[in-house]
Amino acid sequence: MTQLALVIDLNVCVGCHACVTSCKQWNTSGSAGPLTDLEPYGKDPNGAFFNRVQTFEVGEYPNTQTVHFPKSCLHCEDPPCVPVCPTGASYKRVSDGIVLVDYDKCIGCKYCSWACPYGAREVDPGRRVMTKCTLCVDRIYDPALAEAERKPACVMACPTSARLFGDIHDPESEVSRAIRDSAGYALMPEWGTHPANHYLPRRKTPMRMHEDELVRFDNPLKIDAALPKPPKSDPSLDDVMSW
Amino acid sequence: MSPSVVHDPLVPPLPGAETAIRTTTCYMCACRCGIRVHLRDGEVRFIDGNPEHPLNKGVICAKGSSGIMKQYSPARLTKPLRRKPGSERGAGEFVEIEWDEAFALLEERLAHIRATDPRRFALFTGRDQMQALTGLFARQFGTPNYAAHGGFCSVNMAAGMIYTLGGSFWEFGGPDLERAKLFVMLGTAEDHHSNPLKIAIAQFKRDGGRFISINPIRTGYSAIADEWLPIRPGTDGALLLALIHELIALGLYDREFLVRYTNSGQLVNINAADDEFGMFVRTEVPKEEGCFDPQDKLWWDRTSNRPVVTHSEGADPYLLGEFALSDGTRVKPAFQLLKERVADYTPEWAAGITGIAAEAIRRLAHEMGITARDQKIELPIAWTDIWGNEHDTVTGNPVAFHAMRGLAAHSNGFHTIRALAILMTLLGTIDRPGGFRHKAPFPRPIPPCAKTPNTPLAVKPNHPLDGLALGWPAEPDDLFVDDDGAPVRIDRAFSWEYPLAVHGMMHNVITNAWRGDPYPIDTLLIFMANMAWNSTMNVVEVRRMLNDRHTEGEQRGEYKIPFLVVCDAFQSETTAFADLVLPDTTYLERHDVMSMLDRPISEFEGPVDSVRIPIVPPTGQCKPFQEVLIELAGRLRLPAFVRPDGTRRFCDYPDFVINYETDPGSGIGFLSGWRGKGGEKFMRGEPNPRQWEMYARNNCVYQYKLPPSYQYMRNWNKGYLEWSQRNRIQRYAEPILVHVYSEVLQKFRAAAQGKGSSRKPPEHLKARLATYFDPLPFYYEPLEVQRTDLEKYPLCAVTQRPMAMYHSWDSQNAWLRQIHAHNHLHVNPKVARAAGIDDGGWMWVESQWGRVRCLCRYSEAVEPGTVWTWNAIGKAPGAWRLTPDANEAERGFLLNPLISEELPGETGDAPISNSDPVTGQAAWYDVRVRIYPAATDEARVTAPQYAVVPPAPGTVVDPPRRLAFFAGRKRR
Repeated sequence: MTQLALVIDLNVCVGCHACVTSCKQWNTSGSAGPLTDLEPYGKDPNGAFFNRVQTFEVGEYPNTQTVHFPKSCLHCEDPPCVPVCPTGASYKRVSDGIVLVDYDKCIGCKYCSWACPYGAREVDPGRRVMTKCTLCVDRIYDPALAEAERKPACVMACPTSARLFGDIHDPESEVSRAIRDSAGYALMPEWGTHPANHYLPRRKTPMRMHEDELVRFDNPLKIDAALPKPPKSDPSLDDVMSW
Repeated sequence: MSPSVVHDPLVPPLPGAETAIRTTTCYMCACRCGIRVHLRDGEVRFIDGNPEHPLNKGVICAKGSSGIMKQYSPARLTKPLRRKPGSERGAGEFVEIEWDEAFALLEERLAHIRATDPRRFALFTGRDQMQALTGLFARQFGTPNYAAHGGFCSVNMAAGMIYTLGGSFWEFGGPDLERAKLFVMLGTAEDHHSNPLKIAIAQFKRDGGRFISINPIRTGYSAIADEWLPIRPGTDGALLLALIHELIALGLYDREFLVRYTNSGQLVNINAADDEFGMFVRTEVPKEEGCFDPQDKLWWDRTSNRPVVTHSEGADPYLLGEFALSDGTRVKPAFQLLKERVADYTPEWAAGITGIAAEAIRRLAHEMGITARDQKIELPIAWTDIWGNEHDTVTGNPVAFHAMRGLAAHSNGFHTIRALAILMTLLGTIDRPGGFRHKAPFPRPIPPCAKTPNTPLAVKPNHPLDGLALGWPAEPDDLFVDDDGAPVRIDRAFSWEYPLAVHGMMHNVITNAWRGDPYPIDTLLIFMANMAWNSTMNVVEVRRMLNDRHTEGEQRGEYKIPFLVVCDAFQSETTAFADLVLPDTTYLERHDVMSMLDRPISEFEGPVDSVRIPIVPPTGQCKPFQEVLIELAGRLRLPAFVRPDGTRRFCDYPDFVINYETDPGSGIGFLSGWRGKGGEKFMRGEPNPRQWEMYARNNCVYQYKLPPSYQYMRNWNKGYLEWSQRNRIQRYAEPILVHVYSEVLQKFRAAAQGKGSSRKPPEHLKARLATYFDPLPFYYEPLEVQRTDLEKYPLCAVTQRPMAMYHSWDSQNAWLRQIHAHNHLHVNPKVARAAGIDDGGWMWVESQWGRVRCLCRYSEAVEPGTVWTWNAIGKAPGAWRLTPDANEAERGFLLNPLISEELPGETGDAPISNSDPVTGQAAWYDVRVRIYPAATDEARVTAPQYAVVPPAPGTVVDPPRRLAFFAGRKRR
């Protein structure tokens, strides 16, 4: 069975927010839109975003890591938001594992957002319905789009290709390989939600050096530090010492 | 799981809507990616990266993805505005006028200035990628007072590298991360070309490259570095010189590269008494003189042990030692002088200055040296050098660097960047795979050929300026000064004070004009620059200057800067001060060119230029600034824009772009692609009436790919140099040797020391010139630091822009402002706690020039000697059509009130610009501050607070309090 998901590589994410606003612009005019913004030009602007980047620091100076952490609905295999929904608006698609909200059924009771341990759901402040990442379900099956573009908007936008998209149940997919090869992990596995989205951790490339690499036969100083020879014609003791 | 779905997510959201996709070029920042604009019923529905575009290859950033909110911003100016008669400048009270009236007003005023004293018109632009036209307009008008924002941005980077390598980071070159193994980034948080750099860094890391970031702050790119070396701001020069010291001491330099491709082996006269002291010794006058380095210098040949002309067949120079010519002249190779220069710049010395441990500096030098030496790349590409030697391969030493404003925006930045360029050269990484690579039209001769006039006689009423307003001085005689050595330009660029101010000094224009020193002006035209806000130092005082009047004399009661014209697409803080506001279009509403005559978007593989074409009609009556200039040029009958009989040559800007040639019949124009009658020519060819169409059909971009043998070693590559000569990219096909030792700088020093035949500086500037025009890089404390009580103000304060707003012109953007609506001062927790400031608490940050109240945020990602904030988040209340109580106004702040545009002069009399003494680069990051908590009874808003900007006519008076953007719905 297919389970579509995002795999996000924290090793290359620079926190540029391209995924945040490309998501916003696609979805506000898409089948999940419009996404409302309250006070867009006033105090405390507050709108619905399906995807946000959280930035936090780990460790004490100077051993500090600055982590940019993009977060959206994780499309859990066992999503706690679905059973709590009193109207059946919150559902998980059998065909591809995407968790969606049917706005026509949603009454905005927020049970699902309380159930979600990841804080991935946001009530649209205008429509008063629960909204969240759809994995751009209105892109990924759209025959009008070139095949290479049938991906979520955030994946298309990401300048560092930190966002991979695919079926984590297919062991040969790009996402499955990335999880296997780069120690991909799921968030808070102890909740038993089996998030479909995974994260790839920071990986450090060290450089090993040996002291003897600084000692080389071809050191240019062997040439440059050599002193010039005086011309043979310069005066020398040879000219005066006859015995 | 629910099988029955009422709201089908796959149904088209607006059935039956008419959709279209158009390509153009982004301008949400200076990066200029290719974009596709998706329209639904004529409204912008989606903007994504164009996968067919060589720059961004389909990706897009947060800003580019928010273009819709720029297009439909309530702050859009839609009508020309004139300051309400009787109202105070800065009060923001305007009346709407028609374009005819605006043009008539400008025509009358400018025609009078042009006929009397063209200097009294100054044109300064915030964005510098339109200089081909703005520069032409200023020159044709006849004013020397023209520049773009480079002087207050990163001119040290351009000048420091171009005066050393003949090319620079920026649009003109960059790190080849595809082949690099080690990447060292200094003083950069985010940079343009921003998306290409992000693409490249990510790929580099995936391929196992090692990334080291040297920066006081760990954000942005530094976050994903394998190592972060925190450094004190303004001390990078010390680090780089210590790295050079270590590389030379251990022999970790690329000797062959230095010998063949740099001036390291050239002999310098070291007879202190000689007029020629510090100059290269020469054989004879070259046959042809021109804008290039003639090959008439000497090496001391190791084989024959005598001086020979450089690059003589079979010769190999000494790089070290001291020699005597037959006439007794003592000489040393340039490299010997470099070695002597860095002798005392040990890692231990640098550790005390930079805060980086000596051991870490050594290790960094070793990593660079060993990687460059032992991980060599050999590409199977045959090429011929300019001396005729054939090479079977192109070699690369895969250590790449990138640096930007963190190095540049200090008053010691020029020498710091010279040191960086020399470090890159020692490692043998110039225009080689895995190192630094040029982008056309660079490399250029050192310095490039363009020159300003060198006399005030070049400014003549009703006559174009006799030379360019901006250029590249090669010697003191190139300075734009009068017989007494006084500046001709209002910003004092190209004077003895700031001789290599190659991008002008926009940051001093308002102060100088207000003071009338060197002279008063009449009309200041500002395009797309927020000079009453974040683009100006000393913002509180500068706003006062804009509003200041004469209190005595004939001009009593008149404004000191009599007429201020601002052209912008938005109601900014600066438009409030304008006497005349010209509403510009957005990037989606106009034609534009990224011209080869300006700053194109070339790739390593060859020249690339591109265009914008209008996707949607202009909003209200807004008009592209280019059209304004073409119209004005026609009305003023500027020679390049009219025929001899006075009729207009060009009906509008698109017509101008197609038909303008640098000289009649030159075949060189604004766009390099699809020239010639049928579009069959590149770079040079007759105007093609269908050129726009051809760009539009081809993703709005023209890319020329050089053959591989021309893609590397271009400073010395015969094939490339002759190709660029044939295509008129440069006049000469001469080698461009790296200036490890800068004779250009020495010429200015010599003049200050009374040597040589060039003109000499005024007495009071001699010591300054002799100090800072050192032919070899050196480290000195930034000028402001030298004038600061460091006991009282111990901390550095710097700013950077967040990626979501980098280089962007609209942080009022409804989506982007939800990412950053206000800013904090980031302080290391140990430092903040010691000062008694809470995380999230209100605090004061104070310099010797002013103080600002703001919110504190603890950060472990900043070195303890530095505090920092995001720049340009803070807004004046009401500006950009945000409500006066918006977070930007109440909790956002600028550091600009802490930064002075001037410093006390060296001798205590006239003030000097707070700038690099070589280039005039604004020294934004030199300020020193102290911090302390705000009292509990103080207002919970940032200070200073600024006057509320009322809505300008033509903007949306009541911006929506609720937005639910859904493209196409409005039109139904």
